[in-house]
Amino acid sequence: MSDDKLDAIVVGAGVAGCTVALLLAQEGLEVALIERGPFPGSKNLSGGVLYGQVLHQIIPNFWKKAPVERVITNQAVTFLTETDSVSLDFKTPSFLQKPYNAVSVLRSKFDRWLGEQAEKAGAILIPGIKVERLIREENRIIGIAAGQEEMFADVVIAADGANSFLAQEAGLRQRIPEEHVAVGIKEVIALPQEVIENRFRLEGNEGSAFNIVGSATQGIAGGGFLYTNQESISIGLVIQLADLVQRQKKVSEIFDQFLNHPWIASLIKGGKVVEYGAHLVPEAGLKMIPRLFMDGMVVIGDAAGLTINNGFWVRGMDLAIGSAIAAAEAVVKAHQNRDFSAESLALYRQKLEESFVMADLRTYAHAPHFMQNARLYKRYPQVVSEVFRQIYQQDASPHQPLRQIVRDAVRSNNLSLLDLVKDFWNGGRAL
Amino acid sequence: MNRLSVTERLALNKYELDDGHPHIIVNNEVCEAECKIRACLFVCPANVYSQQNGKIVADWAGCLECGTCTVACPPEALHWEYPRGGFGILYRYG
Repeated sequence: MSDDKLDAIVVGAGVAGCTVALLLAQEGLEVALIERGPFPGSKNLSGGVLYGQVLHQIIPNFWKKAPVERVITNQAVTFLTETDSVSLDFKTPSFLQKPYNAVSVLRSKFDRWLGEQAEKAGAILIPGIKVERLIREENRIIGIAAGQEEMFADVVIAADGANSFLAQEAGLRQRIPEEHVAVGIKEVIALPQEVIENRFRLEGNEGSAFNIVGSATQGIAGGGFLYTNQESISIGLVIQLADLVQRQKKVSEIFDQFLNHPWIASLIKGGKVVEYGAHLVPEAGLKMIPRLFMDGMVVIGDAAGLTINNGFWVRGMDLAIGSAIAAAEAVVKAHQNRDFSAESLALYRQKLEESFVMADLRTYAHAPHFMQNARLYKRYPQVVSEVFRQIYQQDASPHQPLRQIVRDAVRSNNLSLLDLVKDFWNGGRAL
Repeated sequence: MNRLSVTERLALNKYELDDGHPHIIVNNEVCEAECKIRACLFVCPANVYSQQNGKIVADWAGCLECGTCTVACPPEALHWEYPRGGFGILYRYG
């Protein structure tokens, strides 16, 4: 590291960090991308697919060169009871049209590639260095320190992930409350390509992504995910931490039971576990977004809490890229005006507000609260399962009409009409 | 069906072990004074924490660096930081 001042220092080479470094380098700024792992992606883990159209705006046809696993043509929501499953399974060839709606990626490969694109654009990638603290001059951030080394820049961009110790150190964010996060736990399970394609009824590079609700988490708020890679399946749980702490259940045992559910077990059968990972997931949406900028610093991606989970899908990477675009615009402008004050960098917040990122966070502002409803995880999956069992079960006794089946299932699960109306209303509002 | 134990799962991962540089230090005085539930024992996906002779011990080498314990445990109970640059979990898939 030199004493020369850079235009920008990006901390963390995830999708947010790599993207902002790429964009700033393309605009001719001198930018360093610092990553604590030995290469971009080595510390990164995701529990969802990449809704990549926003990346296509920056790197046209990125899927042609990037290590993309499968094109997601099949998305489903599955409700689990202890033994049963009910899926709402959507498949369309239109998702094979380019630019693809969604692709599956393995972050260790994908982020590494994205980091290389930033490097090709002129960013200086510095892997294997952990940023230990920020350097301040009065209330302005002027650089970072790692061990004995110091590095200075007009602006520090914190893309250091869900824990963002930098945002906390800068005072932009308080210690994270357990109500705001979930613990993500995941296995990558290797299976031969033909087995995956047969099992999930996929042709060629088509892929599937499932969101799983109900008994997946033993009634604790949260859900499961499963998506197909070329020769592996990514499968995991995202469990709300506050609820987990209250129930005092062991997270690894919840995961074991999930994997042993008959529906899950049949999908991963014969597979070989090749990796086990965990990650903190920001879950509070709008409520947890910290102050996003100050003199000499902005916060992007997971570090800014930019994720959405509405039960049907989980998004984070596309919002991270959206925030990187907004931050890059603000930093380029600040660079032109030689003004890196909070007033100048406020343009980042404004650009973010104008983008799909904040629009979607506002649309789903009530989702985090709705998703805490315990009925979603136990009683509703049970009701849905009972209804379908009664529909299909023929036992030589008179069949009930559908309205009676639904009424019985609702009643036998101790759900009141008031609960139903309330949840339906809240669901309609939140999702 | 028999699933792998957490220890067996961790053994499949790739780590660059930073021998002699623990990145997690437990302050058992804080645990005893402020923590009733010992959340570390059940929230950690890597089972890093265990109780030995009444004290919480961190087997930090298997840590997946998620940070869940830093949120669930009382402030000051853990001195938790990321491993030094280049060390710790190295995801090959992610």
